Amino acid sequence: MSCDAAGVVAALRSAAEVVEAHRDELVTLDREIGDGDHGENLKRGFTAVLSKLDNAGDTPGAVLKVVASTLISTVGGAAGPLYGTAFLRAAAKLGTEPELTASSVVDALAAALEGVVARGKAEVGDKTMVDALTPAVAAARDAAGSSVAEVLRAAADAAGKGAEDTVPLVARKGRASYLGERSAGHMDPGARSTALLLRAFADAAS
Amino acid sequence: MIGLVLVSHSAKLAEGLAELAGQMAPDVRILPAGGLLDGTLGTDFDAVSAALDRADAGDGVVLLYDLGSAKMTADLAVEMLGDPSRAAVVDAPFVEGAVAAAVAAQGGGDLDAVLTAAVSAGAPDEVVDAGTGTDFVLTNDIGLHARPAALLARTVAELDAKVTVRFGDKQADAASVLALMSLGARGGDTVAVSATGPDAAEALRRVHDLVARGFDE
Repeated sequence: MSCDAAGVVAALRSAAEVVEAHRDELVTLDREIGDGDHGENLKRGFTAVLSKLDNAGDTPGAVLKVVASTLISTVGGAAGPLYGTAFLRAAAKLGTEPELTASSVVDALAAALEGVVARGKAEVGDKTMVDALTPAVAAARDAAGSSVAEVLRAAADAAGKGAEDTVPLVARKGRASYLGERSAGHMDPGARSTALLLRAFADAAS
Repeated sequence: MIGLVLVSHSAKLAEGLAELAGQMAPDVRILPAGGLLDGTLGTDFDAVSAALDRADAGDGVVLLYDLGSAKMTADLAVEMLGDPSRAAVVDAPFVEGAVAAAVAAQGGGDLDAVLTAAVSAGAPDEVVDAGTGTDFVLTNDIGLHARPAALLARTVAELDAKVTVRFGDKQADAASVLALMSLGARGGDTVAVSATGPDAAEALRRVHDLVARGFDE
């Protein structure tokens, strides 16, 4: 893909398709340990994002800012503010640069993680999206010397592993934390959706 | 005057609390922002942002929240405002904090004063020196119930005095509506009011007038 605004828009269109395709899986995961609305909420959010992409802006940062405000307004629950914050901070980090570079993508991912942690106050091991995003940022940083596609691939691989690793964890944040020990044995839906989005971005970039 | 936004997962909860707090602070803009547009439970960012705008009379807004993601939505709405001096989210008991914040705002408190009032609504009362004291017999029917308690709190809020009300073995800081209400003093009961500070005498005089007027009932 190109690394300008058009490339980012294309990556978001594939992300919306992935969210649509995995709606039921996310609903099922969330039903196990949450309130079962994550898949539907995220699908509603990305459907709204699709309708905004045509005139979203002419820099990657401008496009991601539109994504942020759309998700904040449409996703609801904790995922709306959290994903909204992630895209908002990434957009702010990218500023008005016309094209993504490997290092700006690393910085944007790191800013997104920082925003999510500040907003949700979750740490690694709490069984949240932070468990996918934290290793993703570390892996992206290790790949910073390569290309945008390589950075995103490394991030997606690490996020996928991070999401898998949430299965045995007992949740300490969010709705699942009310279940205590019973939250163990299920993958965290937020970590899963984070891994899915990063995979979609990586696939679009390669 | 500081405005309030009550962010809740439930529209009914936010509206009910706005009604309760509003009764004690008739001039304060108290905006409920609860539930989703379709009537289900959740917090709606756009609704919170709109409430934040409407609650601001120019002096700033304090946002209170019920639980979980309501705090995130409130935080995000403040962050998107881009001016941290205009609004703040307070970590306080939702009901007690909102009532205390409303009374502090009604008394002309600034952003910091309203935040402090909300936070301290959840803290235990400190024991204070007796100071100058007088006994009063409550002549109104309902005693120190919500409206009279709010009236008393507002009356002393303007003064530089620490006023304590005792009833039986319980005591309350007269600046706290909830503490006053929790005394459970009814019409005909005798309460002991004491005050310390530069305006102590004026505080007691005003309490005397208020009790003599039967809290304007």
